[in-house]
Amino acid sequence: MDLILDRWLHVLVGITWIGLLYYFNFVQVPGLAKAKADGTAPGITKHIAPSALLWFRWAAFATWLTGAYYLHMSPRLSFADAFLLSGGSAVIGIGAWLGTIMLFNVWVLIWPNQKKVLGLVDASDEEKAKAARVALLASRTNTMLSIPMVFFMVTSAHGLPAMG
Amino acid sequence: MKNPLDSITGTIISGVILTLILYVFASNFLLG
Repeated sequence: MDLILDRWLHVLVGITWIGLLYYFNFVQVPGLAKAKADGTAPGITKHIAPSALLWFRWAAFATWLTGAYYLHMSPRLSFADAFLLSGGSAVIGIGAWLGTIMLFNVWVLIWPNQKKVLGLVDASDEEKAKAARVALLASRTNTMLSIPMVFFMVTSAHGLPAMG
Repeated sequence: MKNPLDSITGTIISGVILTLILYVFASNFLLG
Protein backbone atom coordinates (compact mmCIF):
# COMPACT_ATOMS: atom_id res chain seq x y z
CA MET A 1 0.00 0.00 0.00
CA ASP A 2 1.28 3.43 -0.91
CA LEU A 3 2.42 5.31 2.19
CA ILE A 4 0.18 8.31 1.57
CA LEU A 5 -2.87 6.00 1.55
CA ASP A 6 -1.69 4.40 4.79
CA ARG A 7 -1.16 7.80 6.37
CA TRP A 8 -4.62 8.96 5.23
CA LEU A 9 -6.19 5.79 6.64
CA HIS A 10 -4.21 6.22 9.87
CA VAL A 11 -5.67 9.70 10.36
CA LEU A 12 -9.23 8.58 9.48
CA VAL A 13 -9.28 5.63 11.89
CA GLY A 14 -7.44 7.75 14.48
CA ILE A 15 -10.21 10.36 14.31
CA THR A 16 -12.79 7.58 14.72
CA TRP A 17 -10.96 6.20 17.79
CA ILE A 18 -10.20 9.45 19.59
CA GLY A 19 -13.54 10.98 18.55
CA LEU A 20 -15.38 8.12 20.22
CA LEU A 21 -13.04 8.35 23.25
CA TYR A 22 -14.02 12.01 23.65
CA TYR A 23 -17.69 11.13 23.08
CA PHE A 24 -17.52 8.60 25.94
CA ASN A 25 -15.78 11.01 28.31
CA PHE A 26 -17.42 14.31 27.44
CA VAL A 27 -20.95 13.15 26.46
CA GLN A 28 -21.90 9.58 27.37
CA VAL A 29 -20.57 9.30 30.94
CA PRO A 30 -22.22 12.53 32.19
CA GLY A 31 -25.31 11.82 30.06
CA LEU A 32 -25.66 8.31 31.46
CA ALA A 33 -25.59 9.64 35.02
CA LYS A 34 -28.58 11.87 34.18
CA ALA A 35 -30.32 9.08 32.24
CA LYS A 36 -30.07 6.73 35.23
CA ALA A 37 -31.85 9.35 37.32
CA ASP A 38 -34.87 9.51 35.00
CA GLY A 39 -34.93 5.83 33.99
CA THR A 40 -33.82 6.25 30.35
CA ALA A 41 -30.37 4.68 30.75
CA PRO A 42 -31.24 1.39 28.96
CA GLY A 43 -31.64 3.32 25.70
CA ILE A 44 -27.95 4.18 25.93
CA THR A 45 -26.58 0.99 27.45
CA LYS A 46 -28.47 -1.34 25.08
CA HIS A 47 -28.52 0.54 21.79
CA ILE A 48 -25.71 3.10 21.75
CA ALA A 49 -22.83 2.00 24.01
CA PRO A 50 -22.26 -1.49 22.48
CA SER A 51 -22.14 -0.06 18.94
CA ALA A 52 -19.89 2.82 19.99
CA LEU A 53 -17.55 0.38 21.76
CA LEU A 54 -17.42 -1.85 18.68
CA TRP A 55 -16.22 1.04 16.46
CA PHE A 56 -14.01 2.33 19.28
CA ARG A 57 -11.96 -0.80 19.91
CA TRP A 58 -11.50 -1.77 16.26
CA ALA A 59 -10.63 1.81 15.27
CA ALA A 60 -8.00 1.71 18.03
CA PHE A 61 -6.57 -1.51 16.58
CA ALA A 62 -6.62 -0.14 13.02
CA THR A 63 -4.95 3.10 14.15
CA TRP A 64 -2.07 1.21 15.77
CA LEU A 65 -1.70 -1.15 12.80
CA THR A 66 -1.63 1.61 10.16
CA GLY A 67 0.79 3.61 12.35
CA ALA A 68 3.11 0.62 12.78
CA TYR A 69 3.00 -0.03 9.03
CA TYR A 70 3.93 3.60 8.36
CA LEU A 71 6.89 3.48 10.75
CA HIS A 72 8.06 0.23 9.17
CA MET A 73 7.76 1.38 5.54
CA SER A 74 8.73 5.05 5.79
CA PRO A 75 12.14 5.87 4.28
CA ARG A 76 12.84 8.49 6.99
CA LEU A 77 11.46 6.64 10.03
CA SER A 78 12.06 3.28 11.66
CA PHE A 79 9.69 1.18 13.79
CA ALA A 80 12.53 0.03 16.07
CA ASP A 81 14.05 3.52 16.38
CA ALA A 82 10.64 4.99 17.22
CA PHE A 83 10.13 2.63 20.14
CA LEU A 84 13.76 3.07 21.23
CA LEU A 85 13.25 6.89 21.05
CA SER A 86 16.28 7.06 18.80
CA GLY A 87 17.43 9.40 16.00
CA GLY A 88 14.90 11.02 13.67
CA SER A 89 12.16 8.66 14.87
CA ALA A 90 12.40 9.80 18.52
CA VAL A 91 9.67 12.44 18.46
CA ILE A 92 7.06 10.29 16.75
CA GLY A 93 8.28 7.48 19.02
CA ILE A 94 6.86 9.30 22.05
CA GLY A 95 3.50 9.45 20.25
CA ALA A 96 3.85 5.79 19.27
CA TRP A 97 4.51 4.75 22.87
CA LEU A 98 1.53 6.77 24.13
CA GLY A 99 -0.70 5.28 21.41
CA THR A 100 0.48 1.77 22.29
CA ILE A 101 -0.29 2.28 25.98
CA MET A 102 -3.72 3.59 24.96
CA LEU A 103 -4.36 0.54 22.75
CA PHE A 104 -3.46 -1.69 25.70
CA ASN A 105 -5.92 0.21 27.89
CA VAL A 106 -8.68 -0.20 25.30
CA TRP A 107 -8.36 -3.96 24.85
CA VAL A 108 -7.15 -5.05 28.30
CA LEU A 109 -8.91 -2.62 30.67
CA ILE A 110 -11.79 -0.77 29.00
CA TRP A 111 -13.44 -3.41 26.79
CA PRO A 112 -13.39 -6.41 29.22
CA ASN A 113 -14.72 -4.23 32.04
CA GLN A 114 -17.36 -2.53 29.87
CA LYS A 115 -18.65 -5.98 28.90
CA LYS A 116 -19.40 -6.55 32.61
CA VAL A 117 -20.92 -3.09 33.08
CA LEU A 118 -23.21 -3.43 30.04
CA GLY A 119 -24.28 -6.97 30.97
CA LEU A 120 -22.68 -8.59 27.90
CA VAL A 121 -21.04 -11.08 30.30
CA ASP A 122 -22.29 -12.27 33.69
CA ALA A 123 -21.14 -10.23 36.69
CA SER A 124 -22.45 -9.53 40.20
CA ASP A 125 -23.43 -5.99 41.21
CA GLU A 126 -20.18 -5.71 43.16
CA GLU A 127 -18.13 -6.83 40.16
CA LYS A 128 -20.02 -4.39 37.92
CA ALA A 129 -19.28 -1.49 40.28
CA LYS A 130 -15.58 -2.37 40.35
CA ALA A 131 -15.50 -2.85 36.57
CA ALA A 132 -17.16 0.54 36.02
CA ARG A 133 -14.47 2.25 38.11
CA VAL A 134 -11.59 0.53 36.30
CA ALA A 135 -13.13 1.26 32.88
CA LEU A 136 -13.72 4.92 33.78
CA LEU A 137 -10.17 5.47 35.04
CA ALA A 138 -8.67 3.70 31.99
CA SER A 139 -10.84 5.82 29.70
CA ARG A 140 -9.86 9.03 31.52
CA THR A 141 -6.20 7.95 31.39
CA ASN A 142 -6.51 7.57 27.62
CA THR A 143 -8.14 10.99 27.33
CA MET A 144 -5.22 12.47 29.27
CA LEU A 145 -2.64 10.57 27.16
CA SER A 146 -4.35 11.56 23.91
CA ILE A 147 -3.33 15.21 24.49
CA PRO A 148 0.46 14.64 24.33
CA MET A 149 -0.02 11.78 21.84
CA VAL A 150 -1.63 14.10 19.26
CA PHE A 151 0.98 16.78 20.03
CA PHE A 152 3.89 14.47 19.21
CA MET A 153 2.19 13.00 16.13
CA VAL A 154 1.50 16.48 14.73
CA THR A 155 4.91 17.81 15.79
CA SER A 156 6.67 14.97 14.04
CA ALA A 157 4.68 15.45 10.83
CA HIS A 158 5.03 19.22 10.63
CA GLY A 159 8.25 19.85 12.53
CA LEU A 160 7.97 22.56 15.17
CA PRO A 161 11.21 24.58 15.11
CA ALA A 162 12.39 23.42 18.53
CA MET A 163 11.87 19.82 17.48
CA GLY A 164 13.97 20.09 14.35
CA MET B 1 -5.74 13.89 47.57
CA LYS B 2 -8.49 13.83 44.97
CA ASN B 3 -7.78 11.93 41.75
CA PRO B 4 -7.57 14.50 38.91
CA LEU B 5 -8.98 11.89 36.51
CA ASP B 6 -12.30 11.99 38.37
CA SER B 7 -13.19 15.21 36.54
CA ILE B 8 -12.97 16.20 32.88
CA THR B 9 -11.21 19.44 33.80
CA GLY B 10 -8.60 17.59 35.88
CA THR B 11 -8.08 15.11 33.05
CA ILE B 12 -7.45 17.84 30.46
CA ILE B 13 -5.14 19.82 32.78
CA SER B 14 -3.20 16.61 33.51
CA GLY B 15 -2.86 15.99 29.77
CA VAL B 16 -1.54 19.50 29.12
CA ILE B 17 0.96 19.22 32.00
CA LEU B 18 2.12 15.81 30.71
CA THR B 19 2.55 17.33 27.24
CA LEU B 20 4.80 20.08 28.65
CA ILE B 21 6.85 17.56 30.65
CA LEU B 22 7.35 15.32 27.61
CA TYR B 23 8.16 18.33 25.41
CA VAL B 24 10.92 19.44 27.82
CA PHE B 25 12.17 15.84 28.02
CA ALA B 26 12.25 15.51 24.21
CA SER B 27 13.90 18.90 23.67
CA ASN B 28 16.65 18.29 26.23
CA PHE B 29 17.33 14.57 26.11
CA LEU B 30 16.24 13.28 22.72
CA LEU B 31 17.14 16.12 20.37
CA GLY B 32 19.76 17.98 22.42
